[in-house]
Amino acid sequence: MSKRTIVPIGPYHALQEEPEFFKLHVEGETVVHLDIELGYNHRGIEKLSESKDFEETVFLVERICGICSTSHPIACVQAVEDAGDICVPERALFIRSTVGELERIHSHLLWLGLAGHFLGFNTLWMWAWRFREDVLNILELVTGNRNHYGMMKPGGVRRDINDTDIPVIIKLLEGLKDPIAMFRDAVIEDPLVHARTRGIGVLTREKAIAYGALGPTARASGYDIDVRRDHPHAAYGMVDWDVITCGNGDVFDKAVVRILELFESIRIIEQCLNQLKTVTGPVDSDPRFVATGEGIGHYEAPRGEVFHYVRSDGSNRPVRHKVRAPSYMNVPTNRETVLGETIADATIILAAVDPCYCCTERMAVAVDSPGGRRLWGAQDLIRMSCEKTYELMDESGLRGPEPPPCAAAGQTRDSGR
Amino acid sequence: MTYTIDALTKSLNVFHLAGSACNNCDIEILDALTPKYDLERFGITLVGSIRHADVLLLSGIFNRKATVRLKELLVQAPKPYLVIAIGGCPATGLMFRDSYNFEAPPSIPIDAFIPGCPPKPEAIISGVVTVIGALREGAIVPGCLQEPEANPQPAPEAVT
Repeated sequence: MSKRTIVPIGPYHALQEEPEFFKLHVEGETVVHLDIELGYNHRGIEKLSESKDFEETVFLVERICGICSTSHPIACVQAVEDAGDICVPERALFIRSTVGELERIHSHLLWLGLAGHFLGFNTLWMWAWRFREDVLNILELVTGNRNHYGMMKPGGVRRDINDTDIPVIIKLLEGLKDPIAMFRDAVIEDPLVHARTRGIGVLTREKAIAYGALGPTARASGYDIDVRRDHPHAAYGMVDWDVITCGNGDVFDKAVVRILELFESIRIIEQCLNQLKTVTGPVDSDPRFVATGEGIGHYEAPRGEVFHYVRSDGSNRPVRHKVRAPSYMNVPTNRETVLGETIADATIILAAVDPCYCCTERMAVAVDSPGGRRLWGAQDLIRMSCEKTYELMDESGLRGPEPPPCAAAGQTRDSGR
Repeated sequence: MTYTIDALTKSLNVFHLAGSACNNCDIEILDALTPKYDLERFGITLVGSIRHADVLLLSGIFNRKATVRLKELLVQAPKPYLVIAIGGCPATGLMFRDSYNFEAPPSIPIDAFIPGCPPKPEAIISGVVTVIGALREGAIVPGCLQEPEANPQPAPEAVT
């Protein structure tokens, strides 16, 4: 066995915008093991949400992630509406879908640019972000802000789309079609992109299902899952669009799925805007209180399904708010895709799931349900960490003769409770 | 204008440190480098290591795990350097101030705060221009060169 080395990527690495820590265990050029260490971005949002009222909660979940900053609010307000039996005017549904799909376009263009950057194809980065600016201009026109739109509220949306703005938006969207077609050709027909991405980081359909992959990551593996179609919400049941799937599950297919989804998003927005010309009425049912109950909300974020659960006790704030973001399911698939590949391909494979670590940083505590005890205390985590370190040292033959000092920590398992 | 300030304020090399941010400020920082704003015209580039940087851009709050790394980075930074805080989070903590994982900001010499959630690329550019202008006129001194007493940080309120 050749010698095993650990190559750290992160936590503050030039490639990444967000703090996360990948430890690539390599033998020669080949990645043989992957460790993902998170926690640099944990802000305790679920707990904070319990101290905010239902309208403030929407602003809080908006700041879970700056790129999915309308996906989390839509899922959250749907959960609140489900819990409190609040009805939403039809016009508000179309506006929700419009903003959501605009966000998908800007997110996919952002990913495309960053993927180009990871491949060393910086021209693609600059071009993709240059046309992303046009999407941000539309969002600024519609919502008043480039990011963090603040559009959603339980019972509707905060801001209507003016009839005079609709032709302007449609014209700007028309202007995006040619550049997106250019990106499609630049990626699908470029031999260099083929060489770097075809057959790299393959996630099979079986593994995608086993890992619970979501969104474009799953659809690129031929796993036809899209919560917009499976559980129609907002205006997705009222417009005509297709779910894009590919079959190979490699990095190339993940890019193709995202690029083709851009065209579907434009189709959805155009239909929503046409509907807005005829569907009139209020955009907000202005609910006065949220009834006792529990509710769930789904939304297909650019990265996959966002799931929110809200429990209300009839007061003005949630008793429990649970968030499940798509990257939480997609990031573990890296263990399937990156192993056996070379270290040069690892960066693009790790980026291919479009990971979002601010969404992923949720904390879970395992509780023994009959006794209500925490199964893992701080001491247990330290002990497990030590055990793993020594296991790895054994594998590389680095461990000295003396016993591990934290063997004692393992005996004080109860002290952490 | 001293030789040091003259050298510091030309062709800024920027290191970007996202604390526990929501990504938006980070994206807007990158946005300022892409063709619409194109800060590279002025020689402003992102670098991969704090050891090559003139400016440290902070974004997001700093939680317990990230604060340790921030302090390490400031030790590694070559002096003189500027620290510019992007967005509301590094200044006040915004809505995350009450979180159990929020760490009160360590007393670091921040030279400029650029407010906004997130600030537009125009605001980021304007903030950098303002702080460079003030440095060149001698109106301010880089925080890392000041004596610790001359740069009092307001004591953070108790975090519940």
